[in-house]
Amino acid sequence: MTESTEKMTGARALIECLYREGVDTIFGYPGGVLLPIYDELYDANIRHILVRHEQAAAHGAEGYARATGKTGVCLATSGPGATNLVTGIANAYMDSIPMVVFTGQVPSNLLGNDAFQEANITGITMPITKHNYLVQDANDLPRIIKEAFHIASTGRQGPVLIDLPKDITLQEIEFYYPDKVDLRGYKPTYQGNLQQIKKAASEIEISKCPVIYAGGGIISSDASKELLEFAEKIKAPVTTTLTGMGGFPAENPLFLGMPGMHGTKYANYAIQESDLLIAVGVRFDDRVTGKLKAFAANAKIIHIDIDPAEISKNIKVDIPIVGDAKWILQKLLKYASPSQSEAWIKRIDHWKKDNPLYYVEPATGDGIKPQYIVEQICEACKDAIIVTEVGQHQMWAAQYFKFSKPRTFITSGGLGTMGYGFPASIGAKVGRPDKVVFDIAGDGSFQMNSQELATAVQENVPVIVAIFNNGYLGMVRQWQELFHNKRYSSTCIQNSVDFVKLAEAYGALGLRATKREEVRPAIEQAIASGRPTVIDFIIECEENVSPMVPAGAAINEILDLERKE
Amino acid sequence: MRHTLAVLVENKYGVLSRVAGMFSRRGYNIDSLTVGVTDDPTISRMTIVVRGDDEVLEQVTKQLNKLIDVIRVTDLKSEDSVERELALIKVNSDVSNRSEIMQIADIFRARIIDVASKSMVIEVTGDESKIAAIEQLLRPFGIKEMVRTGKVALRRGQKSS
Ligand SMILES: Cc1ncc(C[n+]2csc(CCOP(=O)(O)OP(=O)(O)O)c2C)c(N)n1
Ligand SMILES: [Mg+2]
Repeated sequence: MTESTEKMTGARALIECLYREGVDTIFGYPGGVLLPIYDELYDANIRHILVRHEQAAAHGAEGYARATGKTGVCLATSGPGATNLVTGIANAYMDSIPMVVFTGQVPSNLLGNDAFQEANITGITMPITKHNYLVQDANDLPRIIKEAFHIASTGRQGPVLIDLPKDITLQEIEFYYPDKVDLRGYKPTYQGNLQQIKKAASEIEISKCPVIYAGGGIISSDASKELLEFAEKIKAPVTTTLTGMGGFPAENPLFLGMPGMHGTKYANYAIQESDLLIAVGVRFDDRVTGKLKAFAANAKIIHIDIDPAEISKNIKVDIPIVGDAKWILQKLLKYASPSQSEAWIKRIDHWKKDNPLYYVEPATGDGIKPQYIVEQICEACKDAIIVTEVGQHQMWAAQYFKFSKPRTFITSGGLGTMGYGFPASIGAKVGRPDKVVFDIAGDGSFQMNSQELATAVQENVPVIVAIFNNGYLGMVRQWQELFHNKRYSSTCIQNSVDFVKLAEAYGALGLRATKREEVRPAIEQAIASGRPTVIDFIIECEENVSPMVPAGAAINEILDLERKE
Repeated sequence: MRHTLAVLVENKYGVLSRVAGMFSRRGYNIDSLTVGVTDDPTISRMTIVVRGDDEVLEQVTKQLNKLIDVIRVTDLKSEDSVERELALIKVNSDVSNRSEIMQIADIFRARIIDVASKSMVIEVTGDESKIAAIEQLLRPFGIKEMVRTGKVALRRGQKSS
């Protein structure tokens, strides 16, 4: 199909391509080499979210992508603008989130000269992008953009970067947008091998102790409905990883919660005792497996994943099925019969009863336990989108919020990036304005991108930051308490900032809760306000995340750390 | 274990660093790597010799395939492929031993491509063991300098890689 062509600059062509890809929002920050692009954006029909630090543009685009399922787009200038994106790109890469990243670059004739604000961003991001491009001729730009969106959003999703030298954005071209992508080196497999699927089905049929271990792949392949049907059909309990939360309804009796280091005891016991582990869209991360040799040692392992390189990367798999989780689960639903799990399900129910997640109320009576806040947010707003920072609060959010739908839990899983949550929550709220969006934050993490309060206020993005203020870099303090004799080296950050005043300084609403009975009203007030809000929850300062598998231990060697007061 | 991989890649800016970067990032060892354009000018062919067990080979192959610019990866088993390497060896020589060195070169069907009053450059082509053998025989004369291309290989017979 040929389209009539039109003469335009590279910058204009970029906008035209974004329209054709259905992009309605981008997160960015301007700079010298981006002037031609920003001039086009001035009256483009695209919402531009002006962040206050480029890292937030990358996280914002990622939050937007995770909340909507669309590809996130961000833009930054050459040199420092581009390098400021690096953490965000690495984060999206580790969690396989589709993103197209545009960076400005010095003019082609200056490339390689250490020109002002030159950084070799394609070189820098090679190991943290699915692919990247340096545009050498504006005539290639439409094709490259088409390819970038295709690569980012298909197969195992991930970030793709396009570096745009300034002269490229000024060059006149005959615009033509290809309607097909043809990359001979990139043909992701979607349909799983039927032979393998049937083999898996016959293992399921004879299994007495099956466990489904599902991850972020369920979310990206939009397979949560299939997962539920499949689990119910074969009568197998389901554990979802940190990035898989929301992929299976927490209220379902087959749900085991999260596995691994801060997972539930029963999820870990079930994995260890299983005779068949059905892994779907997961990568056997060390935070899940603990000591690899001891992981699900008696189980046959079926591994369903779209990325062939994940098969047998960490653990030897018996039945690999490469392809799209949704497609494969649909086929498995057709071929698989129920497993023989009656006794197993009873055993698991006992484990659940005997080893529930729990916390004790504080001795002082009216102090605030962090787990309680999560429960209250959940009660107040069950279908909120929960975004988190990284640390103890992140684990409490994953443990105590009852997620029932995909794309409602957005967290930095693979990279564990403090400072991710707040900008990602802005991105999520921009993408899903109909949803209440919380950033469950630590007092340390929030300070890594708190400048984005300005973005939230200026762009009128009413997210609620719930700071779990323990006065510590709590997760690190927990390890120091357990493994370094309570020598709290550089982890105390008590009373360093008044978060209410900070919020107010930016024109946001600032609330504080210091007592248990103030928790719920603060949450309600924040939701009702419709404004960007920071709630400073003063929590028990030395609360630990429990249970916990010490590093290097088998996951059934899981310790109870809750202080019995 | 050593494996020889034939890797067809897009003949584009940056491909070599993508491939090399993947190896170093993931901690795989490259014994040798050669690159050149193929009969199709848009495609280059890399011949990569890697060290590792079957699991390493599997991961290397999969990780290579993940690179967008990699078109195809083939594991060339030595039984069904032909392999060659070229070496240039500059060896000390003068009138006293020139003919002796020429005789050695002859046995290996190597060629003398430069002669000077105190040195000679010998060009030899063959598989690894042949190059190792001539190197050993020339060593007593004093090797001043040596360069090897690294292995290139093709599948025997009809099939291509
Ligand atoms: C950018 C970054 N730097 C350092 C770390 C290491 N780290 C992991 S958790 C943590 C403490 C987080 O403190 P806070 O945000 O207050 O959360 P808490 O654990 O107290 O809930 C640190 C320093 C990290 N994950 N990310
Ligand atoms: Mg803290």
